[in-house]
Amino acid sequence: METFFSELWIARDALMEGFVRTIEASVVSILIGTALGLLIGIVLVYGPLVVRLLCRAYVDVMRGTPVLVLILASFYIPSVVGLHLSAFQAGLLALILFCGAHIGEIVRGALQSIPPGQTEAARSIGLTFPQILTYVLLPQALRSILPTWINTGAELVKASTLLSVIGVGELLLKTQEIVGRNFMTLDFYLFAGLLYLLVNLGIEQAGKALERRVAVR
Amino acid sequence: MELHVRPLLQIQTLHKRFHDVEVLKGVNLEVREREVVSIIGSSGSGKTTLLRCVNLLEEFDSGQILLDGESIGYRIGGDRRRRLSDRALSRQRSMTGMVFQSFNLFPHLTAAGNIMLGLRKVRRLPKDEARSIAEKWLGRVGLSQRADHYPSQLSGGQQQRVAIARALAMNPKLVLLDEITSALDPELVQEVLLTVKSLAEEGSTLLIVTHEMRFARDVSHRVVFMEQGQIAEQGPPAEIFGNPKSPRLAEFLRSARS
Ligand SMILES: Nc1ncnc2c1ncn2[C@@H]1O[C@H](COP(=O)(O)OP(=O)(O)OP(=O)(O)O)[C@@H](O)[C@H]1O
Ligand SMILES: [Mg+2]
Repeated sequence: METFFSELWIARDALMEGFVRTIEASVVSILIGTALGLLIGIVLVYGPLVVRLLCRAYVDVMRGTPVLVLILASFYIPSVVGLHLSAFQAGLLALILFCGAHIGEIVRGALQSIPPGQTEAARSIGLTFPQILTYVLLPQALRSILPTWINTGAELVKASTLLSVIGVGELLLKTQEIVGRNFMTLDFYLFAGLLYLLVNLGIEQAGKALERRVAVR
Repeated sequence: MELHVRPLLQIQTLHKRFHDVEVLKGVNLEVREREVVSIIGSSGSGKTTLLRCVNLLEEFDSGQILLDGESIGYRIGGDRRRRLSDRALSRQRSMTGMVFQSFNLFPHLTAAGNIMLGLRKVRRLPKDEARSIAEKWLGRVGLSQRADHYPSQLSGGQQQRVAIARALAMNPKLVLLDEITSALDPELVQEVLLTVKSLAEEGSTLLIVTHEMRFARDVSHRVVFMEQGQIAEQGPPAEIFGNPKSPRLAEFLRSARS
Protein backbone atom coordinates (compact mmCIF):
# COMPACT_ATOMS: atom_id res chain seq x y z
CA MET A 1 0.00 0.00 0.00
CA GLU A 2 2.81 2.34 0.94
CA THR A 3 4.59 1.68 -2.33
CA PHE A 4 1.35 2.47 -4.16
CA PHE A 5 1.06 5.83 -2.47
CA SER A 6 4.67 6.73 -3.10
CA GLU A 7 4.33 5.67 -6.75
CA LEU A 8 1.07 7.65 -6.93
CA TRP A 9 2.93 10.69 -5.58
CA ILE A 10 5.62 10.27 -8.23
CA ALA A 11 2.98 9.92 -10.96
CA ARG A 12 0.73 12.72 -9.70
CA ASP A 13 1.54 15.23 -12.44
CA ALA A 14 1.09 12.74 -15.25
CA LEU A 15 -2.19 11.51 -13.77
CA MET A 16 -3.42 15.03 -13.28
CA GLU A 17 -2.51 15.91 -16.83
CA GLY A 18 -4.35 12.85 -18.15
CA PHE A 19 -7.37 13.55 -15.99
CA VAL A 20 -7.58 17.15 -17.20
CA ARG A 21 -7.29 15.99 -20.83
CA THR A 22 -10.13 13.51 -20.30
CA ILE A 23 -12.37 16.17 -18.82
CA GLU A 24 -11.39 18.66 -21.47
CA ALA A 25 -12.15 16.25 -24.32
CA SER A 26 -15.48 15.26 -22.77
CA VAL A 27 -16.65 18.76 -21.96
CA VAL A 28 -15.67 20.28 -25.29
CA SER A 29 -17.21 17.46 -27.28
CA ILE A 30 -20.47 17.44 -25.31
CA LEU A 31 -20.84 21.22 -25.65
CA ILE A 32 -20.03 21.51 -29.35
CA GLY A 33 -21.69 18.17 -30.06
CA THR A 34 -24.87 19.32 -28.37
CA ALA A 35 -24.97 22.54 -30.38
CA LEU A 36 -24.42 20.49 -33.53
CA GLY A 37 -27.03 17.96 -32.43
CA LEU A 38 -29.64 20.65 -31.81
CA LEU A 39 -29.13 21.96 -35.30
CA ILE A 40 -29.24 18.47 -36.79
CA GLY A 41 -32.36 17.57 -34.83
CA ILE A 42 -34.18 20.71 -35.97
CA VAL A 43 -33.19 20.11 -39.60
CA LEU A 44 -34.28 16.46 -39.37
CA VAL A 45 -37.78 17.60 -38.50
CA TYR A 46 -38.24 20.93 -40.24
CA GLY A 47 -35.45 21.18 -42.83
CA PRO A 48 -35.96 21.16 -46.59
CA LEU A 49 -35.87 17.68 -48.10
CA VAL A 50 -32.33 17.65 -49.49
CA VAL A 51 -30.69 18.99 -46.33
CA ARG A 52 -32.85 16.66 -44.29
CA LEU A 53 -31.69 13.64 -46.26
CA LEU A 54 -28.05 14.68 -45.89
CA CYS A 55 -28.47 15.00 -42.14
CA ARG A 56 -30.24 11.68 -41.98
CA ALA A 57 -27.34 10.03 -43.82
CA TYR A 58 -24.83 11.68 -41.48
CA VAL A 59 -26.73 10.55 -38.40
CA ASP A 60 -27.18 6.99 -39.60
CA VAL A 61 -23.53 6.60 -40.63
CA MET A 62 -22.25 8.01 -37.35
CA ARG A 63 -24.56 5.92 -35.25
CA GLY A 64 -23.77 2.78 -37.18
CA THR A 65 -19.99 3.16 -36.82
CA PRO A 66 -18.01 2.15 -33.72
CA VAL A 67 -16.48 5.16 -31.98
CA LEU A 68 -13.03 3.63 -32.29
CA VAL A 69 -13.38 3.52 -36.07
CA LEU A 70 -14.57 7.16 -36.06
CA ILE A 71 -11.51 8.15 -34.07
CA LEU A 72 -9.11 6.31 -36.37
CA ALA A 73 -10.88 7.75 -39.41
CA SER A 74 -10.65 11.32 -38.20
CA PHE A 75 -7.01 10.74 -37.31
CA TYR A 76 -5.99 9.36 -40.72
CA ILE A 77 -8.42 10.76 -43.28
CA PRO A 78 -7.88 14.54 -42.85
CA SER A 79 -4.12 14.22 -43.48
CA VAL A 80 -4.85 12.42 -46.77
CA VAL A 81 -6.66 15.52 -47.99
CA GLY A 82 -3.91 17.77 -46.66
CA LEU A 83 -5.60 18.89 -43.46
CA HIS A 84 -3.28 18.56 -40.49
CA LEU A 85 -4.96 17.98 -37.18
CA SER A 86 -3.17 17.15 -33.96
CA ALA A 87 -4.11 13.86 -32.36
CA PHE A 88 -6.18 15.73 -29.80
CA GLN A 89 -7.99 17.76 -32.47
CA ALA A 90 -8.68 14.63 -34.51
CA GLY A 91 -10.01 12.90 -31.41
CA LEU A 92 -12.23 15.83 -30.55
CA LEU A 93 -13.55 15.91 -34.10
CA ALA A 94 -14.55 12.26 -33.85
CA LEU A 95 -16.23 12.70 -30.47
CA ILE A 96 -18.06 15.83 -31.62
CA LEU A 97 -19.38 14.12 -34.75
CA PHE A 98 -20.39 11.11 -32.69
CA CYS A 99 -22.11 13.22 -30.06
CA GLY A 100 -23.77 15.48 -32.65
CA ALA A 101 -25.36 12.52 -34.39
CA HIS A 102 -26.68 10.99 -31.18
CA ILE A 103 -28.02 14.26 -29.81
CA GLY A 104 -29.49 15.05 -33.24
CA GLU A 105 -31.48 11.85 -33.21
CA ILE A 106 -32.62 12.44 -29.63
CA VAL A 107 -33.69 16.01 -30.40
CA ARG A 108 -35.58 14.83 -33.48
CA GLY A 109 -37.49 12.32 -31.39
CA ALA A 110 -38.26 14.90 -28.72
CA LEU A 111 -39.49 17.48 -31.24
CA GLN A 112 -41.67 14.95 -33.02
CA SER A 113 -43.26 13.79 -29.81
CA ILE A 114 -44.56 17.29 -29.03
CA PRO A 115 -48.27 17.33 -29.95
CA PRO A 116 -48.97 19.34 -33.14
CA GLY A 117 -51.47 21.39 -31.14
CA GLN A 118 -48.54 23.18 -29.51
CA THR A 119 -47.32 24.56 -32.82
CA GLU A 120 -50.86 25.40 -33.88
CA ALA A 121 -51.65 27.28 -30.69
CA ALA A 122 -48.38 29.18 -31.04
CA ARG A 123 -49.06 30.00 -34.68
CA SER A 124 -52.58 31.10 -33.94
CA ILE A 125 -51.26 33.65 -31.43
CA GLY A 126 -49.12 35.05 -34.24
CA LEU A 127 -45.66 33.75 -33.35
CA THR A 128 -43.31 33.26 -36.30
CA PHE A 129 -41.63 29.90 -36.84
CA PRO A 130 -38.29 30.87 -35.24
CA GLN A 131 -40.18 32.20 -32.23
CA ILE A 132 -42.23 29.02 -31.95
CA LEU A 133 -39.04 26.99 -31.99
CA THR A 134 -37.36 29.19 -29.39
CA TYR A 135 -40.19 29.73 -26.94
CA VAL A 136 -42.48 26.73 -27.36
CA LEU A 137 -40.83 23.70 -28.95
CA LEU A 138 -37.21 23.72 -27.82
CA PRO A 139 -37.95 24.43 -24.14
CA GLN A 140 -40.21 21.37 -24.11
CA ALA A 141 -37.86 19.23 -26.17
CA LEU A 142 -34.83 20.13 -24.05
CA ARG A 143 -36.63 19.21 -20.84
CA SER A 144 -37.61 15.85 -22.19
CA ILE A 145 -34.14 14.98 -23.52
CA LEU A 146 -32.36 15.98 -20.33
CA PRO A 147 -31.99 12.45 -18.90
CA THR A 148 -30.70 11.07 -22.20
CA TRP A 149 -28.43 14.05 -22.61
CA ILE A 150 -26.82 13.44 -19.22
CA ASN A 151 -26.36 9.84 -20.24
CA THR A 152 -24.65 10.87 -23.47
CA GLY A 153 -22.27 12.96 -21.37
CA ALA A 154 -21.32 9.90 -19.35
CA GLU A 155 -20.92 7.88 -22.57
CA LEU A 156 -18.54 10.51 -23.91
CA VAL A 157 -16.34 10.33 -20.83
CA LYS A 158 -16.05 6.60 -21.40
CA ALA A 159 -15.54 7.00 -25.15
CA SER A 160 -12.73 9.47 -24.52
CA THR A 161 -10.58 6.54 -23.31
CA LEU A 162 -10.43 5.43 -26.94
CA LEU A 163 -8.43 8.55 -27.77
CA SER A 164 -5.47 6.73 -26.22
CA VAL A 165 -5.10 4.64 -29.39
CA ILE A 166 -4.15 7.69 -31.42
CA GLY A 167 -1.77 8.88 -28.71
CA VAL A 168 -3.83 11.51 -26.94
CA GLY A 169 -2.45 11.71 -23.41
CA GLU A 170 -5.72 11.33 -21.59
CA LEU A 171 -6.18 9.48 -18.33
CA LEU A 172 -6.05 5.95 -19.73
CA LEU A 173 -2.90 6.50 -21.81
CA LYS A 174 -1.16 8.22 -18.89
CA THR A 175 -2.10 5.31 -16.68
CA GLN A 176 -0.70 2.86 -19.23
CA GLU A 177 2.56 4.80 -19.32
CA ILE A 178 2.81 4.83 -15.51
CA VAL A 179 2.10 1.11 -15.32
CA GLY A 180 4.76 0.55 -17.97
CA ARG A 181 7.25 2.19 -15.63
CA ASN A 182 6.36 0.74 -12.24
CA PHE A 183 4.52 -2.49 -13.23
CA MET A 184 1.81 -1.87 -10.61
CA THR A 185 -0.78 -2.83 -13.17
CA LEU A 186 -3.73 -3.68 -11.00
CA ASP A 187 -3.32 -0.77 -8.57
CA PHE A 188 -3.14 1.94 -11.17
CA TYR A 189 -5.84 0.59 -13.47
CA LEU A 190 -8.10 0.32 -10.45
CA PHE A 191 -7.22 3.86 -9.52
CA ALA A 192 -8.02 5.12 -13.04
CA GLY A 193 -11.24 3.14 -12.98
CA LEU A 194 -12.14 4.80 -9.72
CA LEU A 195 -11.58 8.24 -11.21
CA TYR A 196 -13.86 7.45 -14.19
CA LEU A 197 -16.47 6.14 -11.81
CA LEU A 198 -16.31 9.29 -9.70
CA VAL A 199 -16.65 11.54 -12.74
CA ASN A 200 -19.66 9.64 -14.01
CA LEU A 201 -21.28 9.57 -10.57
CA GLY A 202 -20.74 13.30 -10.44
CA ILE A 203 -22.40 13.73 -13.83
CA GLU A 204 -25.30 11.60 -12.71
CA GLN A 205 -25.82 13.61 -9.53
CA ALA A 206 -25.53 16.93 -11.36
CA GLY A 207 -28.02 15.61 -13.90
CA LYS A 208 -30.51 14.63 -11.24
CA ALA A 209 -30.25 18.02 -9.59
CA LEU A 210 -30.79 19.69 -12.96
CA GLU A 211 -33.77 17.46 -13.71
CA ARG A 212 -35.40 18.34 -10.44
CA ARG A 213 -35.05 22.03 -11.21
CA VAL A 214 -36.58 21.94 -14.68
CA ALA A 215 -38.99 19.03 -14.24
CA VAL A 216 -41.73 19.02 -16.87
CA ARG A 217 -44.82 20.04 -15.05
CA MET B 1 -76.53 47.17 -35.59
CA GLU B 2 -76.17 49.20 -38.77
CA LEU B 3 -76.56 47.03 -41.79
CA HIS B 4 -74.56 49.03 -44.29
CA VAL B 5 -71.21 48.59 -42.49
CA ARG B 6 -68.79 46.15 -44.07
CA PRO B 7 -68.81 42.76 -42.35
CA LEU B 8 -65.74 42.07 -40.24
CA LEU B 9 -65.26 38.63 -41.77
CA GLN B 10 -66.19 37.79 -45.35
CA ILE B 11 -65.73 34.23 -46.58
CA GLN B 12 -66.38 34.03 -50.30
CA THR B 13 -66.80 30.79 -52.32
CA LEU B 14 -64.19 29.04 -50.24
CA HIS B 15 -62.98 25.73 -51.63
CA LYS B 16 -60.67 23.40 -49.80
CA ARG B 17 -59.59 19.89 -50.65
CA PHE B 18 -57.50 17.32 -48.84
CA HIS B 19 -55.88 15.35 -51.65
CA ASP B 20 -58.85 14.11 -53.70
CA VAL B 21 -61.56 14.90 -51.21
CA GLU B 22 -63.26 18.26 -51.41
CA VAL B 23 -64.04 19.24 -47.85
CA LEU B 24 -65.28 22.80 -48.36
CA LYS B 25 -67.36 23.26 -51.49
CA GLY B 26 -67.83 26.97 -51.93
CA VAL B 27 -68.60 28.33 -48.51
CA ASN B 28 -70.00 31.85 -48.23
CA LEU B 29 -70.27 33.36 -44.79
CA GLU B 30 -70.19 36.81 -43.29
CA VAL B 31 -69.74 37.82 -39.69
CA ARG B 32 -70.32 41.36 -38.52
CA GLU B 33 -68.49 43.11 -35.76
CA ARG B 34 -69.81 42.16 -32.30
CA GLU B 35 -71.86 39.37 -33.83
CA VAL B 36 -71.92 35.88 -32.33
CA VAL B 37 -72.31 33.16 -34.93
CA SER B 38 -72.51 29.46 -34.15
CA ILE B 39 -71.82 26.73 -36.67
CA ILE B 40 -73.53 23.40 -36.18
CA GLY B 41 -73.51 20.33 -38.36
CA SER B 42 -72.74 16.66 -38.39
CA SER B 43 -69.27 15.23 -37.94
CA GLY B 44 -67.07 15.62 -41.00
CA SER B 45 -69.12 18.45 -42.51
CA GLY B 46 -66.07 20.72 -42.53
CA LYS B 47 -66.65 22.99 -39.51
CA THR B 48 -63.18 22.65 -38.06
CA THR B 49 -61.59 22.99 -41.47
CA LEU B 50 -63.48 26.23 -42.04
CA LEU B 51 -62.23 27.74 -38.77
CA ARG B 52 -58.70 26.55 -39.47
CA CYS B 53 -58.76 28.26 -42.86
CA VAL B 54 -59.82 31.52 -41.22
CA ASN B 55 -56.98 31.20 -38.69
CA LEU B 56 -54.60 30.31 -41.56
CA LEU B 57 -53.69 26.98 -40.02
CA GLU B 58 -54.84 25.42 -43.28
CA GLU B 59 -54.27 26.52 -46.85
CA PHE B 60 -57.26 26.71 -49.16
CA ASP B 61 -57.59 26.17 -52.88
CA SER B 62 -59.81 28.98 -54.09
CA GLY B 63 -62.12 31.68 -52.90
CA GLN B 64 -61.25 34.49 -50.57
CA ILE B 65 -61.31 35.29 -46.90
CA LEU B 66 -61.40 38.96 -46.02
CA LEU B 67 -60.86 40.13 -42.48
CA ASP B 68 -61.70 43.77 -41.99
CA GLY B 69 -61.38 44.14 -45.76
CA GLU B 70 -57.90 42.57 -45.89
CA SER B 71 -57.34 39.42 -47.95
CA ILE B 72 -56.20 36.68 -45.59
CA GLY B 73 -53.50 34.18 -46.47
CA TYR B 74 -53.00 35.07 -50.11
CA ARG B 75 -52.11 38.03 -52.20
CA ILE B 76 -54.42 38.18 -55.16
CA GLY B 77 -53.30 40.22 -58.15
CA GLY B 78 -55.16 39.78 -61.41
CA ASP B 79 -55.70 36.07 -61.80
CA ARG B 80 -52.58 35.20 -59.81
CA ARG B 81 -52.73 34.06 -56.23
CA ARG B 82 -49.72 33.72 -53.95
CA ARG B 83 -49.44 32.51 -50.37
CA LEU B 84 -48.12 35.27 -48.15
CA SER B 85 -44.76 35.04 -46.37
CA ASP B 86 -44.43 33.39 -42.97
CA ARG B 87 -44.08 36.82 -41.41
CA ALA B 88 -47.20 38.23 -43.04
CA LEU B 89 -49.17 35.11 -42.16
CA SER B 90 -48.10 35.43 -38.54
CA ARG B 91 -49.29 39.02 -38.43
CA GLN B 92 -52.67 38.05 -39.89
CA ARG B 93 -53.03 35.10 -37.54
CA SER B 94 -52.60 37.43 -34.60
CA MET B 95 -55.71 39.33 -35.76
CA THR B 96 -57.84 36.28 -34.98
CA GLY B 97 -57.75 34.28 -31.79
CA MET B 98 -58.42 30.57 -31.70
CA VAL B 99 -59.47 28.32 -28.84
CA PHE B 100 -59.02 24.61 -29.45
CA GLN B 101 -60.89 21.56 -28.32
CA SER B 102 -57.75 20.22 -26.65
CA PHE B 103 -56.76 23.53 -24.94
CA ASN B 104 -53.18 23.36 -26.26
CA LEU B 105 -51.74 25.33 -23.37
CA PHE B 106 -47.95 25.46 -23.24
CA PRO B 107 -47.08 23.02 -20.44
CA HIS B 108 -43.75 24.63 -19.60
CA LEU B 109 -45.33 28.03 -18.91
CA THR B 110 -47.62 29.13 -16.09
CA ALA B 111 -51.14 30.37 -16.75
CA ALA B 112 -49.85 33.94 -16.82
CA GLY B 113 -46.84 32.86 -18.88
CA ASN B 114 -49.11 31.31 -21.48
CA ILE B 115 -50.96 34.58 -21.88
CA MET B 116 -47.85 36.74 -21.77
CA LEU B 117 -45.95 34.93 -24.52
CA GLY B 118 -47.93 36.46 -27.37
CA LEU B 119 -48.12 39.84 -25.66
CA ARG B 120 -44.35 39.92 -25.26
CA LYS B 121 -43.20 38.38 -28.52
CA VAL B 122 -45.93 39.37 -30.96
CA ARG B 123 -47.18 42.64 -29.55
CA ARG B 124 -43.76 43.36 -28.05
CA LEU B 125 -45.07 44.75 -24.79
CA PRO B 126 -42.75 45.20 -21.82
CA LYS B 127 -42.89 42.48 -19.21
CA ASP B 128 -44.81 44.32 -16.50
CA GLU B 129 -47.43 45.54 -18.93
CA ALA B 130 -47.86 42.03 -20.36
CA ARG B 131 -48.15 40.70 -16.83
CA SER B 132 -50.87 43.14 -15.87
CA ILE B 133 -52.86 42.38 -19.03
CA ALA B 134 -52.48 38.66 -18.27
CA GLU B 135 -53.73 39.20 -14.74
CA LYS B 136 -56.64 41.28 -15.96
CA TRP B 137 -57.72 38.50 -18.32
CA LEU B 138 -57.23 35.77 -15.76
CA GLY B 139 -59.53 37.80 -13.56
CA ARG B 140 -62.08 38.01 -16.35
CA VAL B 141 -62.19 34.22 -16.67
CA GLY B 142 -62.29 33.81 -12.90
CA LEU B 143 -58.74 32.56 -12.38
CA SER B 144 -57.00 35.43 -10.59
CA GLN B 145 -55.70 33.02 -7.99
CA ARG B 146 -54.15 30.69 -10.56
CA ALA B 147 -51.77 33.02 -12.40
CA ASP B 148 -48.67 31.13 -11.34
CA HIS B 149 -50.03 27.63 -11.72
CA TYR B 150 -48.82 25.37 -14.48
CA PRO B 151 -51.40 23.80 -16.81
CA SER B 152 -50.90 20.38 -15.19
CA GLN B 153 -51.96 21.92 -11.88
CA LEU B 154 -55.29 23.09 -13.32
CA SER B 155 -58.52 21.25 -14.06
CA GLY B 156 -59.66 20.86 -17.66
CA GLY B 157 -62.19 23.64 -17.29
CA GLN B 158 -59.61 25.95 -15.79
CA GLN B 159 -57.14 25.11 -18.55
CA GLN B 160 -59.72 25.93 -21.19
CA ARG B 161 -60.48 29.23 -19.49
CA VAL B 162 -56.77 30.08 -19.52
CA ALA B 163 -56.76 29.24 -23.24
CA ILE B 164 -59.69 31.60 -23.74
CA ALA B 165 -57.86 34.32 -21.82
CA ARG B 166 -54.74 33.66 -23.93
CA ALA B 167 -56.69 34.18 -27.14
CA LEU B 168 -58.60 37.24 -25.92
CA ALA B 169 -55.61 38.99 -24.36
CA MET B 170 -54.14 39.49 -27.83
CA ASN B 171 -57.12 41.72 -28.52
CA PRO B 172 -58.13 39.91 -31.72
CA LYS B 173 -60.77 41.28 -34.04
CA LEU B 174 -62.42 37.87 -34.15
CA VAL B 175 -62.32 34.83 -31.88
CA LEU B 176 -62.75 31.30 -33.23
CA LEU B 177 -63.90 28.61 -30.83
CA ASP B 178 -63.82 24.99 -31.99
CA GLU B 179 -65.83 22.63 -29.80
CA ILE B 180 -64.13 23.99 -26.76
CA THR B 181 -66.11 21.89 -24.30
CA SER B 182 -65.91 18.53 -26.08
CA ALA B 183 -62.84 17.37 -24.19
CA LEU B 184 -64.23 18.35 -20.79
CA ASP B 185 -65.89 16.28 -18.13
CA PRO B 186 -69.62 17.12 -18.10
CA GLU B 187 -69.46 18.93 -14.77
CA LEU B 188 -66.81 21.33 -16.13
CA VAL B 189 -68.66 22.29 -19.31
CA GLN B 190 -70.86 24.93 -17.74
CA GLU B 191 -68.08 27.10 -16.31
CA VAL B 192 -66.49 27.36 -19.75
CA LEU B 193 -69.76 28.10 -21.52
CA LEU B 194 -70.56 30.81 -18.97
CA THR B 195 -67.17 32.38 -19.68
CA VAL B 196 -67.91 32.44 -23.40
CA LYS B 197 -71.34 33.86 -22.73
CA SER B 198 -69.87 36.73 -20.77
CA LEU B 199 -67.52 37.51 -23.66
CA ALA B 200 -70.45 37.52 -26.03
CA GLU B 201 -72.37 39.88 -23.79
CA GLU B 202 -69.45 42.25 -23.67
CA GLY B 203 -69.33 42.54 -27.42
CA SER B 204 -66.57 40.19 -28.62
CA THR B 205 -67.04 38.92 -32.16
CA LEU B 206 -67.26 35.15 -31.92
CA LEU B 207 -67.43 32.38 -34.49
CA ILE B 208 -68.27 29.22 -32.58
CA VAL B 209 -68.35 25.59 -33.64
CA THR B 210 -70.34 23.64 -31.10
CA HIS B 211 -72.30 20.50 -30.44
CA GLU B 212 -74.03 22.14 -27.48
CA MET B 213 -77.35 23.07 -29.07
CA ARG B 214 -78.75 24.75 -25.97
CA PHE B 215 -75.68 26.92 -25.75
CA ALA B 216 -75.79 27.80 -29.46
CA ARG B 217 -79.40 28.80 -29.12
CA ASP B 218 -78.70 30.79 -26.00
CA VAL B 219 -75.64 32.75 -27.02
CA SER B 220 -75.79 33.29 -30.80
CA HIS B 221 -77.24 36.02 -32.93
CA ARG B 222 -77.17 33.67 -35.86
CA VAL B 223 -76.79 29.93 -36.32
CA VAL B 224 -75.24 28.34 -39.41
CA PHE B 225 -75.90 24.75 -40.38
CA MET B 226 -73.12 23.10 -42.36
CA GLU B 227 -73.66 19.98 -44.38
CA GLN B 228 -71.08 18.23 -46.56
CA GLY B 229 -68.80 21.21 -46.99
CA GLN B 230 -71.51 23.73 -47.65
CA ILE B 231 -73.73 26.02 -45.67
CA ALA B 232 -77.14 24.46 -45.97
CA GLU B 233 -79.14 26.88 -43.89
CA GLN B 234 -78.64 29.85 -41.61
CA GLY B 235 -80.75 32.20 -39.57
CA PRO B 236 -81.62 33.43 -36.09
CA PRO B 237 -81.48 30.64 -33.49
CA ALA B 238 -85.23 30.67 -32.94
CA GLU B 239 -85.81 29.86 -36.59
CA ILE B 240 -83.03 27.34 -37.02
CA PHE B 241 -84.07 25.38 -33.97
CA GLY B 242 -87.79 26.11 -34.02
CA ASN B 243 -88.59 26.01 -37.69
CA PRO B 244 -85.87 24.27 -39.73
CA LYS B 245 -86.50 24.52 -43.48
CA SER B 246 -84.28 21.85 -44.93
CA PRO B 247 -85.03 18.20 -44.11
CA ARG B 248 -81.30 17.64 -43.44
CA LEU B 249 -81.31 20.21 -40.66
CA ALA B 250 -84.50 18.79 -39.17
CA GLU B 251 -82.90 15.36 -39.28
CA PHE B 252 -79.70 16.66 -37.70
CA LEU B 253 -81.58 18.39 -34.88
CA ARG B 254 -83.56 15.25 -34.17
CA SER B 255 -80.42 13.16 -33.86
CA ALA B 256 -78.69 15.86 -31.79
CA ARG B 257 -81.56 15.88 -29.31
CA SER B 258 -81.59 12.17 -28.75
N1 LIG C 1 -55.57 16.96 -42.30
C1 LIG C 1 -56.52 16.29 -42.98
N2 LIG C 1 -56.20 15.45 -43.98
C2 LIG C 1 -57.14 14.80 -44.69
N3 LIG C 1 -58.45 14.91 -44.46
C3 LIG C 1 -58.85 15.73 -43.48
C4 LIG C 1 -57.90 16.46 -42.68
N4 LIG C 1 -58.60 17.19 -41.78
C5 LIG C 1 -59.88 16.92 -41.98
N5 LIG C 1 -60.07 16.05 -43.00
C6 LIG C 1 -61.36 15.57 -43.53
O1 LIG C 1 -62.14 16.68 -43.86
C7 LIG C 1 -63.48 16.47 -43.52
C8 LIG C 1 -63.99 17.60 -42.67
O2 LIG C 1 -63.31 17.54 -41.42
P1 LIG C 1 -63.58 18.58 -40.25
O3 LIG C 1 -62.64 18.24 -39.16
O4 LIG C 1 -63.53 19.96 -40.80
O5 LIG C 1 -65.05 18.22 -39.84
P2 LIG C 1 -65.90 18.74 -38.61
O6 LIG C 1 -67.16 19.29 -39.19
O7 LIG C 1 -65.09 19.64 -37.77
O8 LIG C 1 -66.22 17.40 -37.86
P3 LIG C 1 -66.34 17.12 -36.29
O9 LIG C 1 -67.72 17.57 -35.89
O10 LIG C 1 -66.19 15.64 -36.17
O11 LIG C 1 -65.26 17.88 -35.59
C9 LIG C 1 -63.56 15.11 -42.85
O12 LIG C 1 -64.02 14.19 -43.79
C10 LIG C 1 -62.13 14.81 -42.48
O13 LIG C 1 -61.89 13.44 -42.56
MG1 LIG D 1 -64.32 19.54 -35.80
